[in-house]
Amino acid sequence: MAKVLVVTSGKGGVGKTTSTAALGAALAQLGQNVVVIDFDVGLRNLDLVMGAERRVVFDLINVVQGVAKLPQALIRDKRLENLWLLPASQTRDKDALTEDGVRRVIADLKTKFDYILCDSPAGIERGATLAMRYADEAIIVTNPEVSSVRDSDRIIGMLDSKTVRAERGERVEKHLLVTRYDAARAARGEMLSIDDILEILATPLLGIVPESQDVLRASNVGCPVTVNNASSAPARAYIDAVRRLMGESIDMTVPVERKGFMDRLLRRRAA
Amino acid sequence: MMNVMRLFGGRAASAPVARERLQILLAHERGQGSGKGSDLLELLRGEILAVVSKHVDIDPDKVVIRMERGKFVSTLEVDVEVPNGVQRSKMVAAT
Repeated sequence: MAKVLVVTSGKGGVGKTTSTAALGAALAQLGQNVVVIDFDVGLRNLDLVMGAERRVVFDLINVVQGVAKLPQALIRDKRLENLWLLPASQTRDKDALTEDGVRRVIADLKTKFDYILCDSPAGIERGATLAMRYADEAIIVTNPEVSSVRDSDRIIGMLDSKTVRAERGERVEKHLLVTRYDAARAARGEMLSIDDILEILATPLLGIVPESQDVLRASNVGCPVTVNNASSAPARAYIDAVRRLMGESIDMTVPVERKGFMDRLLRRRAA
Repeated sequence: MMNVMRLFGGRAASAPVARERLQILLAHERGQGSGKGSDLLELLRGEILAVVSKHVDIDPDKVVIRMERGKFVSTLEVDVEVPNGVQRSKMVAAT
């Protein structure tokens, strides 16, 4: 049974696209058939983060409007054969994305994949509401920072009211993914702690992704961090999160960098 | 010197890769929407399919299109499955 997940946050720049790519790749690495959909019409970036930007032929709106068939628009990942991308349109009008069109595309994808990850645009407008509209579950990406937590609370409210499941009186299962977390600063009281965030948002925790240089390094080269450096701290955090999503019970920890001998010898250099 | 550092660190700098990827992407995207000849690849794709469909009934499911945008060369791959039966019936009809 295919699962539709929305990766959302309200606030921009907290790591939705990075997390969609990393979680999608991690699911594929664990053998699932995965498609990631970019809902950010006009400002697509999931293709760039996944390194598929030069291969985009058709997009989600082309499929919705019948210009292209779904298989023609899907782009297969170069590294993982069971990971696919449905890119957003770069130039077209946002209103071209219709609720009925999205419903048809998702229904079609459900017959072909195990997991459908919808990368939501920032904000609470049409793109964001359409990305969450048909979700079975939601991953709320939050930074340990006041504005991000506030916007997450707003999005949680929308998940409980504006989704098809909510309207039917069913539940959209929600998971909190805290990204850019710095355990040392939280310990010194300089940053909201995980307990603070959980107490405010009252949503189950899916994972804690530490602030790390590996995340930028991965997006620079267009490769999900779980593939680019699978043993890095953020990659291990994403892989643990995906295992929890698949029902495994894994102790909640903040993965730390494993420093190599040379790293320690030369200290840290900018890469 | 940088190379020696990289050798010891075991990790190549990733920013130059980012820079090059963005340059290629933006060169293509900035060309778009500026009217005539803005995206040659898109134009070719459309015209090739129009020519093929003049002679054959194309089943959209049997058409695979791949593009790869490069710095100096881009490639367009149009893979059309032509059913023999249909082609023959069209030719008969034409004579």
